[in-house]
Amino acid sequence: MSTATRSLPRTIGAHAILLTYTAIALFPVILVIMNSFKSRAGIFGAPLTPPTPGTFDLIGYTTVIGQGDFTHYFQNSLVVTVASLFFVLLFGAMAAFALSEYRFRGNTLMGLYLALGIMIPIRLGTVAILQLMVASGLVNTLTALILVYTAQGLPLAVFILSEFMKQVSDDLKNAGRIDGLSEYTIFFRLVLPLVRPSMATVAVFTMIPIWNDLWFPLILAPSEETKTVTLGAQLFLGQFVTNWNAILAALSLAIMPVLILYVIFSRQLIRGITSGAVK
Amino acid sequence: MGSLKIENVKKAFGPVEVLKGINLEVTDGEFVVFVGPSGCGKSTLLRVIAGLEDSTSGRVVIDGADVSATPPAKRGIAMVFQTYALYPHLTVKNNMGLGLKQAGTPAPEIDRRIGIASSMLSLEPYLERRPAELSGGQRQRVAIGRAVVREPKLFLFDEPLSNLDAALRVNTRLEIAQLHRRLKATMIYVTHDQVEAMTLADKIVVLNAGRIEQIGGPMELYNAPANEFVAGFIGSPKMNFIDGARLGETAKTIGVRPEHLTVDTKSGAWKGTVVHAEHLGADTNLYLDCEKAGLITVRIFGVYDAEPGATLYATPDPAKTYRFGADGKVLK
Ligand SMILES: Nc1ncnc2c1ncn2[C@@H]1O[C@H](COP(=O)(O)OP(=O)(O)OP(=O)(O)O)[C@@H](O)[C@H]1O
Ligand SMILES: [Mg+2]
Repeated sequence: MSTATRSLPRTIGAHAILLTYTAIALFPVILVIMNSFKSRAGIFGAPLTPPTPGTFDLIGYTTVIGQGDFTHYFQNSLVVTVASLFFVLLFGAMAAFALSEYRFRGNTLMGLYLALGIMIPIRLGTVAILQLMVASGLVNTLTALILVYTAQGLPLAVFILSEFMKQVSDDLKNAGRIDGLSEYTIFFRLVLPLVRPSMATVAVFTMIPIWNDLWFPLILAPSEETKTVTLGAQLFLGQFVTNWNAILAALSLAIMPVLILYVIFSRQLIRGITSGAVK
Repeated sequence: MGSLKIENVKKAFGPVEVLKGINLEVTDGEFVVFVGPSGCGKSTLLRVIAGLEDSTSGRVVIDGADVSATPPAKRGIAMVFQTYALYPHLTVKNNMGLGLKQAGTPAPEIDRRIGIASSMLSLEPYLERRPAELSGGQRQRVAIGRAVVREPKLFLFDEPLSNLDAALRVNTRLEIAQLHRRLKATMIYVTHDQVEAMTLADKIVVLNAGRIEQIGGPMELYNAPANEFVAGFIGSPKMNFIDGARLGETAKTIGVRPEHLTVDTKSGAWKGTVVHAEHLGADTNLYLDCEKAGLITVRIFGVYDAEPGATLYATPDPAKTYRFGADGKVLK
């Protein structure tokens, strides 16, 4: 049964390629999760085999949960990621709306300036940022991390969202203006729901580097109270002995929250644009 | 209670001047249509009237009050857009009521007005639906309903029918004409469809490249165009323009409408060969290549059999022949 656009060999071919790619991409993740359930001897003896009754061991997880304050680290990571994400999306969308909607002197220049951060890595400014945080007494606070990550995420958010906002129908915004809606209502009630899929894309791109970051937590907030998961996992990385069970277990656990956030956002991506506004 | 006066309005986007000094007066209850080729500034002028765009200079006066500094919602206008522009997250009823709600109108009054508008436009069965669940024609009726409930001094329509198919366009055109008769409100309507302009308008404003070429009633523009542009723009098929020198005339250009030419197989003013014939049933369009006049279009009422290649003589009606000077203006 083949149609004009679909034939069996082609379908098989496409699936084979995609499945191979999926296997390659998932391999390290699966390896980490698999080995986190094994004893130390099991990990080193046969790293590529799944846990067997002989090698199955939850020692990694018990160490992680028992030692250190891992739930607290999780909480820190989650607070930092969610708060930064919220500010990136809010300010990014607002800046993008201003850039795409209003004609003012220096509009293009402002857009370029805001996009500059995509090309210049924020880590180049680490020393200055640290001095700034010391001066403002924000060292070893989650606020410091949230501020830095918001700054780090904004350029890409502004860049992507302003492209999408340009595509929102002018007529719709104008209809709102004639009906007496304020610019804020137009932004929050009319424009944002229409660019929701692109917001989800930006959210995913912003979230992952923040969650995985080791650099800024290490420099700006290494205290016990403010440690994030990635920093906390370093605990098990010794100079002479490394507790692989605990590291693998910590990493496996760290995947979960991002995975959940990702599922939430990708549902937004798929749910698609509220159609019927125009045409 | 719905007069409009536009005084020397100019609008530039950066260095590009889009409106080059528009002067216009619209009296209460009038149906005014803006026509003109694409990009001539019709929508821009409408947006300036609505207050969605600031004019670079000039004044807009609604009902005797200068509204140049008044926001759109306070100008007493309502606008219907080409793309409907309904709020996707609201039901039909709330779409229509939002403007009134924003203005602080009491709920019973809002319901009363929605009731009237929806029965006028036969929208009652759809009041609880969202725009996504409506057809194109229904959406445009909701957009019109949203304008009606505001009871504005001035209705502004920007090509409201151009997204509809031909049959629906005729129906909706009729509805707008009836609406105008019932509400007796002032309406300004932008289109580049001649038929809409001719059938709806009390007064047509022909725009070209940011300037008004002529203002007048439909028949006035048809019978007495002020210049070559208006003569060519109003009327379909387009007026034939013939180089005056080829006909031995003093005028730069001679204009004859296709329907003011008669054809004969034996004798006539201009001898030519049939290039192509279009049979439309009610009338026939012939394209003739004439020795003296060049390629011209002739419109004959009813069926006329003419094979390409046949020789025909075309004769213009001398009373309905227009003479244009070198500046494009009609010579009296
Ligand atoms: N925001 C803008 N910035 C720059 N130029 C603009 C802007 N809006 C419109 N223009 C220009 O102004 C001119 C008139 O545009 P307008 O939309 O008024 O044309 P129109 O007569 O409505 O045409 P159409 O029949 O195609 O709708 C066009 O040349 C257009 O390129
Ligand atoms: Mg237009």
